[in-house]
Amino acid sequence: MRNTLLFSIALSSAVALAGTAWAADRGRDGELRLLYWQAPSTMMPFLSGGTKELEASSVVIEPLARYDNDGKMHAWLAEEIPTVANGGVAEDLKSITWKIKRGIKWSDGSELTSADAVFTYEYCSHPDTGCTSSNYFNDIVSVDAVDSHTVRINFSVAKPFPYAPFVGYNAPIIQKAQFDGCIGAKAQECTEQNFNPIGTGPFKVVDFKPNDVIVFEANELYREEGKPAFSSLLFKGGGDATSAARSVLETSEMHYAWNLQVEPEILAKMAEVGKGTIIAGFGTSVERLMVNFTNPDPNLGDDRAEYLGGNNNRNPHPFLSDYAVRRALSLAIDRQILVDAGYGSAGKIGCNVLPAPAIYASDANDECKTQNVDEANHILDHAGWVRGSDGVRAKNGVRLSILYQTSTNSVRQGTQAFIKEMWKAIGVETELRNLSASVFFGGDPASPDTYQKFYADIEMYTNNFSGTDPETYMANWTCKQVSRRANTWGGGNMPRWCNPDYDALSTEMSKTADLDDRIRLAKAMNDMLMQDYAMIPLIHRGGVSAFSNVIEGPRGNEWDSELWNIADWHLK
Amino acid sequence: MDSAVIETEHRSMWTDVWRQFRKHKGALVGVFVFAFIIIAVFVGPPIHGVDPNAIDFKARNLSPEWAHPLGTDNIGHDTLAQMLAGGQVSLAVGLSAALIALILGTLIGVLAGFVKSLNGPLMRLTDVFLSLPLLPLLLVSIMLFRDTLRAAFGPETGIFLLIVGLIGVTSWMHTARIVRGDVLSIKEREFVTAAHSIGTRRHRIVFRHILPNILSPIMVSATLGIANAIITESALSFLGLGFPPDFPTWGRLLYDGTNFIQITPSRVIWPGVFIALTVLSVNYIGDGLRDALDPRLRGR
Amino acid sequence: MIQYIIRRLLAAIPTLLVISFVIFAILDLAPSDPTGNLPMTVPPEVREKIRISLGLDQPMYIRYYKWLVQFSVNEPLNILQHSFGVTIGDAENRTRILSWATRSPVIDLIVERTPQTLWVVGLSFLFGILMAIPIGIVQAYRQYSLFDQIGTFVAMLGFSVPTFFTGVVAIILFSVQLKWFPMIYDTTLEITSWDNFVLQIKQMIMPVTVLAFYQASQLSRFMRAAILDNLNLDYVRTARSKGRSENAVLMIHVLRNSLIPIVTLIALGIPTIFGGAIITEQIFRVNGLGQLLIIAIEGADIPTVQTLTFLFAILIVIFNLIADVLYGILDPRIRYD
Repeated sequence: MRNTLLFSIALSSAVALAGTAWAADRGRDGELRLLYWQAPSTMMPFLSGGTKELEASSVVIEPLARYDNDGKMHAWLAEEIPTVANGGVAEDLKSITWKIKRGIKWSDGSELTSADAVFTYEYCSHPDTGCTSSNYFNDIVSVDAVDSHTVRINFSVAKPFPYAPFVGYNAPIIQKAQFDGCIGAKAQECTEQNFNPIGTGPFKVVDFKPNDVIVFEANELYREEGKPAFSSLLFKGGGDATSAARSVLETSEMHYAWNLQVEPEILAKMAEVGKGTIIAGFGTSVERLMVNFTNPDPNLGDDRAEYLGGNNNRNPHPFLSDYAVRRALSLAIDRQILVDAGYGSAGKIGCNVLPAPAIYASDANDECKTQNVDEANHILDHAGWVRGSDGVRAKNGVRLSILYQTSTNSVRQGTQAFIKEMWKAIGVETELRNLSASVFFGGDPASPDTYQKFYADIEMYTNNFSGTDPETYMANWTCKQVSRRANTWGGGNMPRWCNPDYDALSTEMSKTADLDDRIRLAKAMNDMLMQDYAMIPLIHRGGVSAFSNVIEGPRGNEWDSELWNIADWHLK
Repeated sequence: MDSAVIETEHRSMWTDVWRQFRKHKGALVGVFVFAFIIIAVFVGPPIHGVDPNAIDFKARNLSPEWAHPLGTDNIGHDTLAQMLAGGQVSLAVGLSAALIALILGTLIGVLAGFVKSLNGPLMRLTDVFLSLPLLPLLLVSIMLFRDTLRAAFGPETGIFLLIVGLIGVTSWMHTARIVRGDVLSIKEREFVTAAHSIGTRRHRIVFRHILPNILSPIMVSATLGIANAIITESALSFLGLGFPPDFPTWGRLLYDGTNFIQITPSRVIWPGVFIALTVLSVNYIGDGLRDALDPRLRGR
Repeated sequence: MIQYIIRRLLAAIPTLLVISFVIFAILDLAPSDPTGNLPMTVPPEVREKIRISLGLDQPMYIRYYKWLVQFSVNEPLNILQHSFGVTIGDAENRTRILSWATRSPVIDLIVERTPQTLWVVGLSFLFGILMAIPIGIVQAYRQYSLFDQIGTFVAMLGFSVPTFFTGVVAIILFSVQLKWFPMIYDTTLEITSWDNFVLQIKQMIMPVTVLAFYQASQLSRFMRAAILDNLNLDYVRTARSKGRSENAVLMIHVLRNSLIPIVTLIALGIPTIFGGAIITEQIFRVNGLGQLLIIAIEGADIPTVQTLTFLFAILIVIFNLIADVLYGILDPRIRYD
């Protein structure tokens, strides 16, 4: 079992990943043109946290280890991945020791040392920096430079999964010499440094125009011979996903376009031209319906959609608190149609909130794979929900009338339309609402329209976790995490679903180090959520990109930057 | 010049207006087309008999065929049914929002141009409205008013009032400035000063002498306003300010269809054609009205 | 006249103060948040830290005051320092208006984006006017002729079919099918040679045409209406009866009097050039001021939105003043006192 684990890690160095068999000169292939329709606003990943900025900066600054497109961890700037077996991780799981490869040069010619890693920790953990990756440095007591190329991270608690700091595109290493004066509140004002970070990666910044375009050139001091194959990199931003796909698949103006959430038939039509290829990488993203367990009635004032404590939930939703209704809503959905119409190859039927890594994926909930309208109707009949003259079911004067909200996005509105129609077949009436993404995901406590406030019966969005360890992610649905007024709607538990048994599993997982036990716990938690229909999963979503047929190398990646292996990209 | 106005008053003015209007061929065609569109969108749905929100999972992205005369969209909606339903909303929004903007714009423009003491304050107000960032303003208004209106008038009427109000209140400024500029110039012309000197009352001067002379720009504003309102409505729905997503409108059909132009072109052609036809017919009706209301032309 | 202008300029200061405050209040009330576009994986406590690092924990009036000082004192001083190469006062500790998204000075962002906006939006406005004026004149003068009818039809199409549609059609036709022009505007292109100049023209053609068509459609309608209104006025008949040539009548009498609405429209239009063209810039990835504004709005980047909108407001006030002055010159009977 242990060998198949994601974080039982390829010990191979990055060299083994090399795709090209023939050695050749660095920069032989000229310009590589990438299109990110959301343009990066800065090159400093710690001050943005947005995926687009993380992707752009990943070609310049690098972490100690990084995930490949299968979610497997590879040593990057480090010599190897520390494990308990090789002595890199302490037996008590309270420290991890990384050995940095010798001889790696920053693009200004100085050498990468453990001081840079220590500095990166200091930079990101400083309270005034506003570091968007600070949660990757949680529970750290100290980061010590053991010698010039060894760095030890000491944790305050046992960390069964100690691979958050300095791993992946969220937590790379920045150069101490460059950012020394930029720590704390000063971080905001270091525009020059933030736009032109010095890195160890295959490219270096030549010109950065925020929210528009970045020009990179090959890093002459990059550690691998003959890489990157391209002499320069044009990273253009702006526009929309459809035309981004068009520029690769139809006009070939661009070599690569990222994040193409476009209806599958549009992509398929463009791909018919034969100039490019569409790839989808799957990670942990699941498009799901959140079920509100509290009453969102506007007449309740401050108690609207508010969890009023107690195991019995003193402010229950008028009908979604009924297990039969939740189960019927899930059974009525034909997920295959949603996949075909909205996602194509970038989606799979999703029956779990924790669909990946594969070792964690439960198969106990496969009932959801097939739509069963008869069964759904039967359940509702049985539970006493009777159809009225308008075809809508009701019981004790409560009608099954749902307000279903999500963010504005043509695929999501399509899904809404389908589900409304599917629910109509079981006597449920649905009012659809779409909200601007910047408001819906904005989290402004003054706005009634945020997904955290959840002033609706059902809401739909995608959530995921970064890295490969689900512990924090699964802890989202504990009672403590209920999103409510007291925590200014800051909790991750949107359904306001509270179950002491679940909390117990979550606590147990945070204390369990053995991987097989962790898998068992994670699966149990997933099944508990799914079988009580606290959430109704719809689609296991992938990230879609397109690349021109003249280049070779892109693999996609949902675990790390899609440009993780850009040093290996080359012209055919 | 002035005598022409006074003479016509003895006869029935509106008979004259109608007589003059009928002479305008473009206007008649405009009335005909406009009436056709109105009848189509209101009488069409029962004849066509397809629910615009009905989904046929198997009939997605169809080209026009017997069962779906304008084809279907990527969800499996019948495009014709959506066009007809969308027309009702778009026409209602377009006409009422343009009317609000027109009335506000003309009123503020005339007052600012004609009443000296109001000129400064009203033009500063116009400056303020011109400089407001539209999107954040809309987001704020939806936050403040949506739930109140929804509670008072129900989800659809509430949203309708909000949309029409918002578009109207944020698009009168161009009309106001153009009208004011014209009024400033016209009120110094001989026939107005003459009217003043014979003691004509001020509101009479406005209605008899000033308004008829600035009708053309007002009519142009009206036609532009309708097109603007129909398109703006579709933009609003992206902010979550518009109608619910299962509520088709022409602007929205056009926007949603644009990405599918290579697959099902009829999804974009028809909304585009109908928006243009509506605007074109209103324009010609406006032309005819202007000519008919112009006292100088009516005398001929 | 000079006295009038000075008085108006002085009156503009309180107006602009009110405008700046109203804009700030709206942006502050608006329910979007600078952390709204971050991935779901960023936990709430990190989001709160980011908000604090942006100064969002301070009360609204303090943030407004800071912005006002930065905008009206610090930034002008900074421009002075740059243009004369001198240091004024405590330059080290003088804070500039920083964008929340890029953490860089907003003024620099605006300067960086002005060229492409002027090239594309400015030129299309210019072409729009140059097309609209003669078309409008001929349409009015030959009212209900074939030319007028076609002109009307095309204009109606022009403004009832929005640029989000015409832009995509243009791309499919000229970039995908005919391969004449690039669909992506390259802002890194510097015009250093004839070849680069040709490239610049090629990448500008589609966005400029799409926008100019839209602008000309609207302007030509107003031009036509203005001329029509004047053609039938008494003085035109008088001039005609005096035996003046048609050209003289049209050019001297009618055009001069029709210029008032045109001046109004141009004065309204020029500030909007600096507002950029949000949709067209997005479609062709011109990434000018319009795109800067829309990204800032979507990302709740208040300093950027506030600064851009306020600069826009200043232009509106200035150009409206210019229009008022021009009214007086075009029609000496218009008096302001």
